[in-house]
Amino acid sequence: MNNGQILDKLKGRYPESIIGSDEFRGDLTVNVRKDDIVRVGEFLRSDPDLSFDLIVDACGVDMYRPEERFEVVYNIYSLKNKRYIRLKVRVGEEDPTVPTVTGVWPGANWHERETWDMFGIKFAGHPDLRRLYMPEEFEHHPLRKDFPLMGIPDSLPLPRR
Amino acid sequence: MAARPPEEIKMTPILKALEDQDTSFTYDPLENAMVLNMGPQHPATHGVLRLLVKLDGETVVASVPELGYLHRGYEKIAENSTYHEFIPHTDRLDYLSPLSNNVGYVLAVEKLLGIEVPERAQYIRVLVCEMARVASHLVAVGSMGMDVGALTVLLWTFREREKLLDIFDVLCGARFTTSYTRIGGLQRDWPDQCTAMLDIFLKEFDEDLAEVEYLLRTNRIFVDRCEGVGYVSQADCIALGLTGPLLRAAGVPHDLRRDNPYLVYGKFDFNVVTATESDALARFYVRIAEMKESARILRQALGTLPGGPFNAMEPKRVLPKKERTYTKMEELIHDFMLVNIGIDPPVGEVYQAIESSKGELGFYIVSDGTGQPWRMKIRSPSMSNLQSLPMMLKGGMISDIVAVIGSVDPVMGEADK
Repeated sequence: MNNGQILDKLKGRYPESIIGSDEFRGDLTVNVRKDDIVRVGEFLRSDPDLSFDLIVDACGVDMYRPEERFEVVYNIYSLKNKRYIRLKVRVGEEDPTVPTVTGVWPGANWHERETWDMFGIKFAGHPDLRRLYMPEEFEHHPLRKDFPLMGIPDSLPLPRR
Repeated sequence: MAARPPEEIKMTPILKALEDQDTSFTYDPLENAMVLNMGPQHPATHGVLRLLVKLDGETVVASVPELGYLHRGYEKIAENSTYHEFIPHTDRLDYLSPLSNNVGYVLAVEKLLGIEVPERAQYIRVLVCEMARVASHLVAVGSMGMDVGALTVLLWTFREREKLLDIFDVLCGARFTTSYTRIGGLQRDWPDQCTAMLDIFLKEFDEDLAEVEYLLRTNRIFVDRCEGVGYVSQADCIALGLTGPLLRAAGVPHDLRRDNPYLVYGKFDFNVVTATESDALARFYVRIAEMKESARILRQALGTLPGGPFNAMEPKRVLPKKERTYTKMEELIHDFMLVNIGIDPPVGEVYQAIESSKGELGFYIVSDGTGQPWRMKIRSPSMSNLQSLPMMLKGGMISDIVAVIGSVDPVMGEADK
């Protein structure tokens, strides 16, 4: 299956969930409506022709724009078709909550924890949404564009004596 | 039945995550469960992995891995440095195979730019990737043997690895912090001395590897401690997103070198090694067999290494040679612009992955058209692979933990980024 066929199949099943798509250097990117990501993911995984079963990566991107500031990007691989697909969800700053896809791909667990840690994007229904890298007491989300490169003084608590 | 922690112990989030885990498979009438903190400074956790383990006697009931003790914020650094400036940082990701990180990163940038490097550079990149894989697997096998008590093997594998590190030393002037690749090419050409050294290494390698394998294969203690330990079913491996030797040891013949060929891997004849047992011993055998396949690729690549340039003819994007920078006006201007402002990539986003020794090492780059990436995500295989640790440890013995961690072969430098 090539990218066009994958996209046609996806659009045929959920025409209203797919907001847009893009192909750059052979990579297929599909923009999905935020509330439909679980539904689209489940279809991509369980459809016998598509069979996007291996979650490679999920991460956040801070686009630093007034509306729909953050993007959550999922890179999924199909062991059967040997192809990648990239799903993209946009989420605003006021309520940065995205439904979790751990029910579809359990491997998304830590990737979503990392996204929460780095961007402050919450994943509704996530089984264990703790910070992955930074300490629990840390209040900021370092990969946001408004977090300074050199860090914020005194933001990292020292261990108790 | 979960044991209650004493009242004075503070319920930290990680302890709560441990208590929340499903422990329904054991029956603990005496409530003698114990919580053990392993790491981050434990010799068998391969760096700074911390593991919170809940034990019933000697049986592991539940476990929670904790990352972040080596978090250096490389993705933030990448956003604030030019594409060239980030190359030395890739050495520090998977510090056991820095050369394959170098290659993986520049391949992603070259995919963004649309640069095709000359054939000689592609062959050299294959050579260094496979040498890095052998060096990394040698450490994996040796330290796994050491973790379960076979100390001799570590010295034997390190002896072999030392020969490879000597080649790296001649090739790029450093044993570990190689920074060998450049966007659009390489730092320097492959010297004839390296060909001679690699020839000698390959002549002895099969025999030496057979010795290492024999030493472990016939070691009753090693086999008993690894057989059937750390089992994950094939379906769980795929669901958790495991890649590399772990996935192949579960019987999934997934190898990006063959499935999504990059560089010139399509030209070489090699097998994708799989096993079906999906335990620590199977992972050991997969790694041993992969080293043999890597040696095959190295022989083929060395035999057919073409001549020609090793840098792409893209003066606006590829760093010029140093001696020309010092003597030619155009090159000086290009060098100045590339170093101070950076390359001018198109707006777009790419994901490029290579099969590193641990699994799928990918770089996802979002470019806004300036000299610095807007966002760069490092998809590190060690982090994804570590996710399977609670599943592998559950129901096993406490002494199996070191064997399982050894078989996963995590490198915390890339898991923590």
